[in-house]
Amino acid sequence: MNTLRFLARRIAFYLFTAWAAITINFFLPRFLKGDPISAYLARNQGTSPEVAESLRILFGLNQDRSLFQQYIDYWGLMLSGDLGRSISRGLAPVTDVIASALPWTIGLVGVATILSFVIGTSLGSIIGWRRGSRLDVLVPITTFFSTVPYFWMGLIAIAVFATNLGWFPASHAYGRGTVPAWDVNFMLEVIRHGTLPALTIVIASLGGWILGMRNMMVTVLDEDYVTVAQAKGLSPRRVLTMYAARNAVLPQIQSFALALGFIVGGTLVMELVFSYPGVGKLLLDATAAKDFPLMQGLFLVITLTVLVANILADVAYAVLDPRTRQTEA
Amino acid sequence: MTATMSTAPEAQPVEVPTSTKRGMGNAFAMFRNAKSVTGLAILGVFTLAAIFAPFITRYGPLEKNLDALRQPPSARFWLGTTHMGEDVFAQIVYGTRGVLVVGFAAGIIATIIAIAIGVTAGYMSGWRSESLSALTNVFLVIPGLPLMIIITTGQENPSLFLVAGVLALTGWAWGGRVLRAQTMSLRNRDFVQAARANGEPLWRIITVEMLPNLMAIIASSFVGTVTAAILGLTTLAFIGIIPITNLNWGTILFWAQANGAFPNLWWWFVPAGLAIALLGVALSLINFGIDEYVNPRLRSAGERARDLRKRGMKTNSAVTEVRAVPGAGSTAATTTTATKGEYERPDVP
Repeated sequence: MNTLRFLARRIAFYLFTAWAAITINFFLPRFLKGDPISAYLARNQGTSPEVAESLRILFGLNQDRSLFQQYIDYWGLMLSGDLGRSISRGLAPVTDVIASALPWTIGLVGVATILSFVIGTSLGSIIGWRRGSRLDVLVPITTFFSTVPYFWMGLIAIAVFATNLGWFPASHAYGRGTVPAWDVNFMLEVIRHGTLPALTIVIASLGGWILGMRNMMVTVLDEDYVTVAQAKGLSPRRVLTMYAARNAVLPQIQSFALALGFIVGGTLVMELVFSYPGVGKLLLDATAAKDFPLMQGLFLVITLTVLVANILADVAYAVLDPRTRQTEA
Repeated sequence: MTATMSTAPEAQPVEVPTSTKRGMGNAFAMFRNAKSVTGLAILGVFTLAAIFAPFITRYGPLEKNLDALRQPPSARFWLGTTHMGEDVFAQIVYGTRGVLVVGFAAGIIATIIAIAIGVTAGYMSGWRSESLSALTNVFLVIPGLPLMIIITTGQENPSLFLVAGVLALTGWAWGGRVLRAQTMSLRNRDFVQAARANGEPLWRIITVEMLPNLMAIIASSFVGTVTAAILGLTTLAFIGIIPITNLNWGTILFWAQANGAFPNLWWWFVPAGLAIALLGVALSLINFGIDEYVNPRLRSAGERARDLRKRGMKTNSAVTEVRAVPGAGSTAATTTTATKGEYERPDVP
């Protein structure tokens, strides 16, 4: 019963957040100064009526209707999966444009975030376990890296490892002449191109995970159950992994929500630096071209993707911590 | 014996040492440690540089020296020059102004929102508290940078106040969440109950009874927001969304990238990034200091472990050692010392 209530509360929260994101998206263009859409429509008289209609709904140009009616129309578009047309990309549907870029970002951010989380949490638990040792030096070092802007570190990484040393390619997700295909060669090429951006994200985001885990370990290690486990004569390794780290990792997963938005933000700009063909590059290109339908669609897709990642972190938390299933979150 | 500290994660109530004596001295107790002082000192240097910029630099930030284009650092130009012969050192020093002003403005606005929403949500109960909490969580999940990019792009010429406002709007949620949790735990403490029973008005309970106990968390969330705002501002400037008339470290990087400084003209782009990092480290140090004030275990853990090791004991050994204490009286010839340092040694000063 409690499990059901917990689930219901979480689902309600996610539905509410999704609703809020879609609603913010509805109001975004109404805050903007100027009217890029009517200017575009005036210049391009040949735009098909359906396209013009959906752009009008998205941008609140159908002033003859009430705001509420506009909101209803907007939801109709959302539910039918119509995010409008991209002005800068020859009126291609925004959903198609985003769909071609999203996998690259999810791959890059996903791999980098998981790597960073695993490495940072493991290092943090070891530093906390051997508190007071020389390993403590890692905390200020990684903190320094985490305060450096992602894009600057990316630029330095390109200057050092791509331009001067020539170890990795400096930009793009795969070589210029390569045709994407599902074979080993293409995979290797993608990995080679993705190493530098992914490594930069890992190094830049490592500090937070290390610090969080170290601080939690130090707190957890003073708990009675750890003392009891040691008194029972369990091996230090077992105490570290099954008793201390297992409990210290829980807040780490909770802070995933905060970190993710930040990492996604940093990655968007990294993509610009590395000319990586993901949603970040797309968003900045759209910004330069003042392509508002594309920007609006991207904001929605990025927010919903972060939401899905949060749901996954929630599930992981519920699996690891039985208490969440018993009491209220 | 140390007081039992809450083991809860950041988002949950932490036990701030309840202030018994009030006064200015106590309000700054959280900054009275080496880390915070170092951080504040670095921040102070940056602030002085921002205020006295014209006295520090020989050239104006946009003054063109056409006889010295793309010069490496020299006695005349400490950090070299740009493609237009502008002094990079002067740009960094003047750029501090934009960074600090926007960073602190955003931090102040965000902290006010966080206090208003967090404390209210924590003090109230029922659906009002829940809905404010849901609002906080929504802002926590929504990624800030895309929102900032879209809002600032939509304005013809975004003012600095707008930029600070947008940075604050996307940055208040974490502080709000922590403050709500802390207020909820304070609400049921005896001294608040007593104040309520005495018939003290609500504003007095919140400002006089609760706020002093929230100061550490407010300070830490303020510092955190300023850090995030500075990163956000420099990022927006680097992308080229903020008008280049607002000189800050991000604008320097924007110009450097736009004018082919990478990878050879290192003096043009390395100092700006290092300045952002140094300011970030300073702010993090202040926060580490506050964290250790709130949770003394973070500091004492390392000290205790080092101390134990000096005495030849292992921190994580499961065996409790029985040692003779030299010079102790015959009745206390031996004392058991928990290897984890759970019990303080009698001779600790």
